[in-house]
Parts: sequence; C-alpha cells; structure tokens
Amino acid sequence: MGHDLTLDGLRDLAEGAALLGTGGGGDPYIGRLLVERQLRAGRTVRIIGVDELPDDALVLPSAMMGAPTVFVEKLPSGAGNVAALRALERHLGRTAAATMPIECGGLNSMMPLLLGAQTGLPVVDADGMGRAFPELQMETFAVYGVSGSPMSIASDHGDTGIIDAVDNRRMEWLARAMTIQMGGAAYICDYPMDAATVRRTAVPGTLTLARRLGATLRQARAAHADPFEALAGTLADTIYSHGMVLFAGKVIDVERRTVDGFARGRVTMAALDDPGDRLEITFQNEHLVARRGTRVVAIVPDLICTLNSETGAPVTTEALAYGQRLTVFAISTPDIMRAPEALRCFGPSAFGLSEEYTPVERLAAAARA
Amino acid sequence: MRVGIDVGGTHTDAVIMDGTTVLAETKTATTPDVTGGIVTALRRLLGAGAVDRGRIAAVMIGTTHFTNALVTGRNLAPTGVVRLALPATAALPPLVDWPARLREAIRPSVHLCQGGHEFDGRPISPLDRDELRRVAAELHARGVDTVAVSSVFSPVNTELEEQAASVLLDELPHLRVSLSHQIGRVGLLERENATIVNACLRDLADRIVDGFAAALREVGVDAPLFLSQNDGTLMDADHTRRHPVRTFASGPTNSMRGAAFLAGRANCAVVDIGGTTTDVGVLADGYPRAATGEVDIGGVRTNFRMPDVLSIGLGGGSHVRTSPIEVGPESVGYELTRRALVFGGRTLTATDLAVAAGLADIGDASLVRHLDRDLVRRGVAWMASRVADQVERMRVSADPLPVIVVGGGSVLMPPELPGVPSVHRPGHHAVANAIGAAIGQIGGDVDRLFAVNTGVSREDVLERARAEAVERAVAAGAVPGSVEIVEIDEIHVAYLPGNAVRVRVKAVGELDLGRARTSDEEDRPWATT
Repeated sequence: MGHDLTLDGLRDLAEGAALLGTGGGGDPYIGRLLVERQLRAGRTVRIIGVDELPDDALVLPSAMMGAPTVFVEKLPSGAGNVAALRALERHLGRTAAATMPIECGGLNSMMPLLLGAQTGLPVVDADGMGRAFPELQMETFAVYGVSGSPMSIASDHGDTGIIDAVDNRRMEWLARAMTIQMGGAAYICDYPMDAATVRRTAVPGTLTLARRLGATLRQARAAHADPFEALAGTLADTIYSHGMVLFAGKVIDVERRTVDGFARGRVTMAALDDPGDRLEITFQNEHLVARRGTRVVAIVPDLICTLNSETGAPVTTEALAYGQRLTVFAISTPDIMRAPEALRCFGPSAFGLSEEYTPVERLAAAARA
Repeated sequence: MRVGIDVGGTHTDAVIMDGTTVLAETKTATTPDVTGGIVTALRRLLGAGAVDRGRIAAVMIGTTHFTNALVTGRNLAPTGVVRLALPATAALPPLVDWPARLREAIRPSVHLCQGGHEFDGRPISPLDRDELRRVAAELHARGVDTVAVSSVFSPVNTELEEQAASVLLDELPHLRVSLSHQIGRVGLLERENATIVNACLRDLADRIVDGFAAALREVGVDAPLFLSQNDGTLMDADHTRRHPVRTFASGPTNSMRGAAFLAGRANCAVVDIGGTTTDVGVLADGYPRAATGEVDIGGVRTNFRMPDVLSIGLGGGSHVRTSPIEVGPESVGYELTRRALVFGGRTLTATDLAVAAGLADIGDASLVRHLDRDLVRRGVAWMASRVADQVERMRVSADPLPVIVVGGGSVLMPPELPGVPSVHRPGHHAVANAIGAAIGQIGGDVDRLFAVNTGVSREDVLERARAEAVERAVAAGAVPGSVEIVEIDEIHVAYLPGNAVRVRVKAVGELDLGRARTSDEEDRPWATT
C-alpha cells in the first residue's frame, strides 16, 4: 500500500493543487521546485492512505504560514520546516509517524511533501480544508473537535516557538503575529492528532484528487480536448462529485483593497457573445461568491475556480487582470465540509456574507429550471 | 530626422523619418556579421533620399541578436552568480530550474552568501565582506569577468546589492556587475534568472553595440544610437551594454507600435499577417497590452512583461482545403513563389484566393482565373471571419475596436471584417517594425513594495511612485514636460501588516533629441540610471 511520488506525479499534483486553491493558496511553483530538488537528489516521498496507520500513530500536519508574496522572494532555507516538526515532537515528547497537509489547495499541498522527503516521514493522503482557506481555524479538524494547539512555528533562521492557545481562533491570531516577526513567512506544525482522529475528521484522498485533476488538465491539453469537460469527468467519481462551467468571458474590471492583511476584492467578467451578461466574483484571498447579475451561482465553501479559457491553467486572484479570457469552473465540496457545524466554521457567514449556503449543484439546477 | 532599423533573423528593415513622415524605407538580408546588413540598409536609405547625414538626430535599432544568443546557447560568457540571502533561500540555489543546455553554456560559478532583507527592511543577515572577497578570488581564478548579484527584497532596499558590487569591484576592477534590482521585480528566482541572462550577454552586448556604432561610422552618420526595449521604449548605447536583456521581445512590440503609428491610432487591434502565421495584439494608449504571468525565454522563467499576442496558423502561404473550406495551419512558407498557383505551382494557397478575388496583384492572375467564384468568395470570407474572431477575443470593452492590418500577408484581408468598425492597411506597413523602433520613447519604471499606514496614505504612496517614475524617465533622457504616466498597477499583498501594497508605475516621454545630440561627451547624465 502507499506509493512513492514520481516527478511526473509531482507536476500533476502541483497543477491540481493550484486549481483546488480556488484563486488563492499561493502558487505551488516554488513548493514544487523544492520537492523536485529532493526527488532529484534521490530522496523519496511516500504517500499513504488514511487507513494505513495504526489508530494511535501520531500525525503532525505541516504547512507554510504567511504571505505567498514573501515566500517567492525570501525562498526557504530548508531548515525551518524540519525545525517546526522537531519542536512539536519535543514539546509532545513523542515522535511523529506521519505528516499531512492542513490545506490541499495551493502552495501548502507541497510543504508536507517537502518535509516527508527531508525526514522520511510518510505523507497522509488527506487534508483539513479540502481546498484553500485563509486562516488556521478553518479546518475540518477544528469543526470535528480537534484542537489546533499545541502548535509549533519556526523561522528560516531556526527560531522556534510553541503556541498553546485557548482556542483555535486565538491560535491563528498569535501565530499570525509571530509569522510577521519571523519575516512574513514561517513554517508550522499544528492539529497534532492520532491516526484514528485523522480518519474521523480529515477530507480523505485530496492529494490523489489534486494529482488526478492535474493529470486531467495535462492530458486534455495534449489531446486538444476541452479541459473543463475533462475536469467534470474526473470529478464525477470522487467525493467532490460535481464540476461545472459557470461562465466563460473576459475580465472587464478588477477591484482590490487590503483589509486587515487580507486581499479583498471583486472581479467582473463579461460574456464573449453578450457584453451585457456579467459574472462578478467576490474574493478574500480565495474566491468566496460568484453572482450572475443578482443571482448567486456558487458560494463558499464550494470551490470557485478561475482558469485560463485557452489552456485550463488556474489563475490566482493576485494574477487577475483586465482583459484576461477566463472560464469560471465550480466544484462541489464533499459532505464533510457541508454539515451545519462546518458551514459555521468556513461557510458564507464566516466571511461576513449574508447569503445562506446553497450547494452549487442545486443552484445550477434551479438556474436551468 | 530619425532612422529606425529592425534586425530580424532573416531581414533587416530600415526607415528614415522626418517628424511623422516616412522619407524612405528599405528591406535587406540580415548578415552573419553585425555590421554588414546595417551598412547595406543605411547606404540604400541615405542614397535613396539623398539625405544630409548631419540632419540625422538619432538612430534607433531593434534587434533579435540577444534573444537568438540565449535560444541557441551561443556567444554566452562564463558567468558568476552571487546571491545575498543566507540562511534563507538555501533550499533553492540559483539556476535551479534552468535547462541543462544553458547551464553548460554559461558554466556558472555560483555563490550563496550572507545578506538580504526581510519584507519590512530588517536585515536577514549582515553582509560579510571577507566572504565576498573570497568570491572575487574564485571568480578571478576561474576567469569569470561578468557576475549577477541578487539580494532578497532588493526591489525594496537596494543597498546590499550596491555594497556587494563595490566590494567585488575593489577586488576586480574589470568585473562587469549586473544588479538584480535594476533588472527585475519582486520574485527572487525570476528576477535572478533575468539578471543572470543579462550578465551572460554583456560580452556580446559590447560586440553588438560596437558593431552598430562601427556601421554608423562607416556610412558617415554621427548620431547617438538607441536600442528598443521590450516595452517599446528606448535605451541608449551605454545602457544597452549594461542591460542587454531588456531588448528581449522588442520585435513584436515595435511591429505593433509602428502599425498603430502609421494608422494614427492609439487604441486599436493590430493584425500582423505573415507567410505562415497571423499575430493579433491590442494597443491601449499606444502601448501593447501586457501578457500576465511568467514568461519563458529559451526555457528560463522570468517575470518580464511581454505583449499579449494571439497567434493563429493563417498566412499568405497557408494551404486551402475546399470541402469544407479551411485555410491553414499548414503553409508553403518561403516556398510561396514556387508552389502557389499564381507562381505556376500546384498548391492552392491563401494568396491564390486573394488574387482570384481581386484583393491582390501578385504573380500571374490568369493562373487562378479557373477557380470557382463561389469557392473564392467563401474562402476569403472564411479567412476574414477567422481573423475577426481573434480580434473579438482580444477585445475587452463593449466598444468595437478598429483594426490595423500589416505585414506581407495583409493582402488576404478584404476591406471590411465582420463586427469590426473599420479596417486600415496603412502605407509602409511592411516595415512597421522599423517604424516602431524609430518612434520609440523614453520610459521610467517603479516597482516596489510600499507600506501604507497611519503616517503614509495610499495617495501618498501613489504620488511618490508617480513622481519617482517621472524622475527616472527624465533622467533617462525624456523631455521633462512630455512625460506622462501610462500605467499604474497596485497589488495588495496579503498576510502582511501595515497594508503593504506593491505599486508598479510606468512613465513615458518624448526622447529629448537636443540632449541626445549634445551628449557625445563621456558621462551622459542618463547613462548611469
């Protein structure tokens, strides 16, 4: 069971993770290079299913925290993420049996793979967001009762800290402050838990999902096939089940502002054949809600992805620009992310939106009716 | 008067312009040596117009020499690479994602050193001068005389790159140093890549610039020399010696700007139809709209801004299939004059349709008289609607976009295109790229992270960035009153305190020909920006 990640598999995984970043999460490019370099040096990354660990095995999820803009400039030393792992192991007095992503969308899909290559730890094929979200408490782990604390945080210099906060939201605030002092980008291990708890609280199979979505885009490109039809086909037999094109058009306006360190804004697109037909997406790092005219056509936590209409390549909110020809593709989230307690944690109200959550496939059916 | 020259892989085009009037144009073969083709082109131009050489105020050249050197891996110098960053960045050393072929071509001497800044200006680690002296010794031992220096967050704080350069130059006075903050933007790998590309081209840049200067001397032209940059603005000869990488992709930019100039339009689509392909780009306020995302040059990822161009396989040599009607993407290419029907060949090409439809007078029209009228009509309509579709895809506002058609294959287009308000095929369109070089302006750029906080408002930051861009354009040789801001882009940076914002501003003005004429002495004021 389990399998070693190949170079080709890594490339596919990185592209699929960019798609699951749903406009945010940071470009996985740097992360992919980091892992690629490990693989070329002869190290391996072993990816295992959630069922492959004994119930009491300790799993320490790992991630990068901070601004992707900093990360592309101050590249990692390669010591920070290992330092974070060792610090939490020391604090717990136990050795990790595996690591895993807290976030399968964007750059953070890659960080546990890097840690796995550096330390030999296997990487569990699951995560706690099922996509990308902006804050540490927005985790299915948290939704289903796991404490994010104690967490460890480390800098590229090798400084480490332990945060044992009273709740996951305060953990996020404290860790954010330390990240800034550490230069705007830091490495963390949080939500320490045993494998039985991972099975109960994680979104399963998301690394495999990312790899398959990336492979689908690559193959569609090679065959000159419609990448969006191909993505929908791949999703059909996964727990994400529905993938659909919401809109295809050109970007006619991008509005951005920074609020409390978050990149908030709005992108407006016009249909190619009917300039009066508009779609507007509101984002906060990730895309939150898409409205066609006044009608909501998709809303968080369902995934709203912006892709280059020609190539199917994912386009992040930071790269959105006037004149781009984009296709907006929505992906339904699995049931574990749609329960009432999950929606309280990362549904519309968690982002200050007044609309109720309605599954994207129901919105699509209502629009057809 | 200005002379504009475009040195392409196959042809060297040249024009001479007086103000906005094209006095003469010529097209000649590019020669393997740097000067030959240019001397021939200049002789023809000046001979044809019987021009007083003393009235030529400036010569502008757009060239593919540097792009070709990188793509072929030839004429690249052994290059030193110094990155100031430790302990950060060690996991991804310089050149990590380069093709093996290019790494071998530049035989890099790579040094990861102490230095760098955090995003907020704190040092990552202090510069270690002894470490840099050891680097200099090794560069010397390996016979390396050009080096790229990059420091983390140097677009925010340039001082460490400058200090490192001065330590290296104290040890090795003849070293050529390329500093990353002068080349690129935030994004260490991409900026460093562009800086290394620049460094490995500097020997070649000396030879090319010397060659151009020799060509001008040979024909008796004593005017300052400028080269086209990728954004459509100019840099002087001395600047080119230090920043050759900025010439990359100047060709398509010049072609589009030249076309728009000829048609007297600042906002339009430009359709450039050659023998095999058609390129469609859009000009906004006289400058090409930039493509987004990273740009690959010869397999090296950089963050240059390149024009956004759609290419399709349709040109004068495109094959025509009849049922159903389809033109291209296969093409007879340069064999048009042998294989097309109008030249006695046996392949039905797009050019044959244009001649049969009376759009063009090429070859022997009697050889296509037998073609079915309906086929010809439908074939021309097919090509027109295909091009109109590309224009439509590039259009971003509800306003219809006028179209300028240029290039040798422009005869394929009927006088009207579906959904397009107007189609222009200006005179001199075959040398639009040389005209684009001749009309080049002078620019100044700012691209930095700014912190917006209680003491500094967003307006303050934008005002400061604008003023700095204008100042840089004037310092680079623009007429002070003529400088305008042509582009402002704010990117808000997530997850940082103090609402950090990355601001890009570009200012452009007219080249100050008076200053250009009188600046033959050493130390031109703008040469050291």
